[in-house]
Amino acid sequence: MTTLLKAQSLVRTLPLTVPVTLVQDISLEIDHGEFVAIMGPSGSGKSSLLYLLGLLDIPTSGRLWLDGQETSGFDEDTLADIRLSKLGFVFQFHFLLAEFTALDNVMLPMRKLAKLSELQIQQRAEQLLKDLGMADHRHKRPDQLSGGQRQRVAIARALANDPLIILADEPTGNLDSVSSANVKEILRDLATHQGKTIITVTHDPVFAKAADRRIGLVDGRIDDQWVHPGLQK
Amino acid sequence: MRLQLGIAVTHLLARKRQTLVSLSGIVLGTAFFLAVSALMQGSEKDFIKRLVDNSPHITVSDEYRGADIQPADMKWPDAAVNIRSVKPQTEVRGIRGHQQKLAFIESIPGLRVAPALTGSVVLTFAGRIQGVSLTGLVPESMREVSSIEEKMIEGSLEALNVNPNGIIVGIGLINKFKLAMGRNVTVTTSDGVVRSMKIVGIFRTGTANYDETQTYALLKKVQSLLNRPNRVNRFVIQLNDPNKARDVATIIEQRIGYKSVSWLEASEDIMSLLTVRNVIMYSVVTAILVVAAFGIYNTISTIVMEKTRDIAIMKSMGFHASDIRLIFLSEGLIVGLVGSLLGILLGLGLMWILDQVTLPVSQFGGPTHLPVYRGQRQFFIAFGFAMISAIAASYLPANKGGRVHPVDILRGSM
Repeated sequence: MTTLLKAQSLVRTLPLTVPVTLVQDISLEIDHGEFVAIMGPSGSGKSSLLYLLGLLDIPTSGRLWLDGQETSGFDEDTLADIRLSKLGFVFQFHFLLAEFTALDNVMLPMRKLAKLSELQIQQRAEQLLKDLGMADHRHKRPDQLSGGQRQRVAIARALANDPLIILADEPTGNLDSVSSANVKEILRDLATHQGKTIITVTHDPVFAKAADRRIGLVDGRIDDQWVHPGLQK
Repeated sequence: MRLQLGIAVTHLLARKRQTLVSLSGIVLGTAFFLAVSALMQGSEKDFIKRLVDNSPHITVSDEYRGADIQPADMKWPDAAVNIRSVKPQTEVRGIRGHQQKLAFIESIPGLRVAPALTGSVVLTFAGRIQGVSLTGLVPESMREVSSIEEKMIEGSLEALNVNPNGIIVGIGLINKFKLAMGRNVTVTTSDGVVRSMKIVGIFRTGTANYDETQTYALLKKVQSLLNRPNRVNRFVIQLNDPNKARDVATIIEQRIGYKSVSWLEASEDIMSLLTVRNVIMYSVVTAILVVAAFGIYNTISTIVMEKTRDIAIMKSMGFHASDIRLIFLSEGLIVGLVGSLLGILLGLGLMWILDQVTLPVSQFGGPTHLPVYRGQRQFFIAFGFAMISAIAASYLPANKGGRVHPVDILRGSM
């Protein structure tokens, strides 16, 4: 497998009155099709690291390569364009747009990218929802769906522009066990059968077990010795 | 653009009540602006039309603007000359060489000119006395420059040619003296000349003072009465385009030397009053639209606040700050556009209602309906005002939305 994402000495410090360092000197490489779980205690900088890897946040120092392209120094619009075409996000709370139907939510990133015709966009969105078992619910708005269904729509939306990487921030954190298992299977399947790279932040040891690799994070640094209590033998 | 517009429309439709309130502000602001300005502009135009129709566009009189230059001033132009007790030379008043000057004025395209001699006389009838202004005219040329013929309720200007001893008087004088057509009145000049003249025409302009104190007779008759043979003291000029009056008056005055006063100059105080009236109207209407703009600002600010999380999600998806700004600016634009168009429709409705209002006919004529003016300019101004208010009101919240940093929101939501 080849390296898709490479971080070198990433540091993120919030410039407050007393500066707060969220991520300290993190270097890592993630390959194509790899399923990586980032774990760690609360406040260890898991989400902050995910935002840096997902180009949502800009590191205070350090370098980051995505698909062979160094992203340091890119302006906000260029980073937004990369996010649109190469990355997909799934959050703990589904974050679907409340006034839009499931289908519209999935079509939104494709409409923004504007590489397909409106008909093709609709067909692809319907197919994605169908693949995730949401075909019958495509015309429902988020408030008419269950938590698990919303998260599946959010995954479909993340997949809309056929991204290289899906970044998920505690995607099962707000779901019951059945829905969690369902989301875990979907993400695992995306990595195994569709070659998508999955980077997820999770507290859930069962979900983390599905990952190819687990990265422990303590106080903003990678700690290879840290193991989630639920995964300790 | 289509995507951003779609999101903007969805936001507005999801908040029907707030959107309707914002929309109502713009609709009412635009409609009232149109109705009020139609009435104001209508009355202004009606007033100016009366002013222009009832008075000469340019009057050339036998006066000069400045005092005569004294020979001592010409001799020592740079010296401090002080001449006391200057007494003007006694002269027969009137425009000198009026035939040549008349010929020059007639050579200017786009105008009609008539010579006149006006003087003060006293009219007496059955023991009643009234000082009036008697204008000597040539019916053929006066008809071309004055609307007096249209104001005749009995007789005509032509009657003066038929009866050279005839006089035309206003309805005010007729009522005051209890006169009638065909009756004789006595005319006495300041030189003591007394003549009996027959009433051959009665006019009504609607202006009481004019109808009581203006009289007309043949030019030659008046020249004889006032002892100014072959003299005129006024040129009355009508232009095809009354708006050129000021320029044409300047040209005439520069060329012939006599004071040429355009209707604009003569009515400057009234025109400045109309300007003040317009400033008041525009200020009030701007205030209405500013209040309406606050409604839009409030709605879009609320949407931006409520949608901060959605903005963060859209930005994480790959929307640019400019896309977000465009969404919220579009919301302002949509409210402005729909509001101003509905406002124009309502404004037209209000104008129609104003059109239906009938006024009692005055003794002297005048409008029987409210003067409602539907000028394109008013519609453009109303539309422009509404759009600018809406865009300005949505700019700040749109800009705020564009500046949302997704990580700040996502971190706060976890």
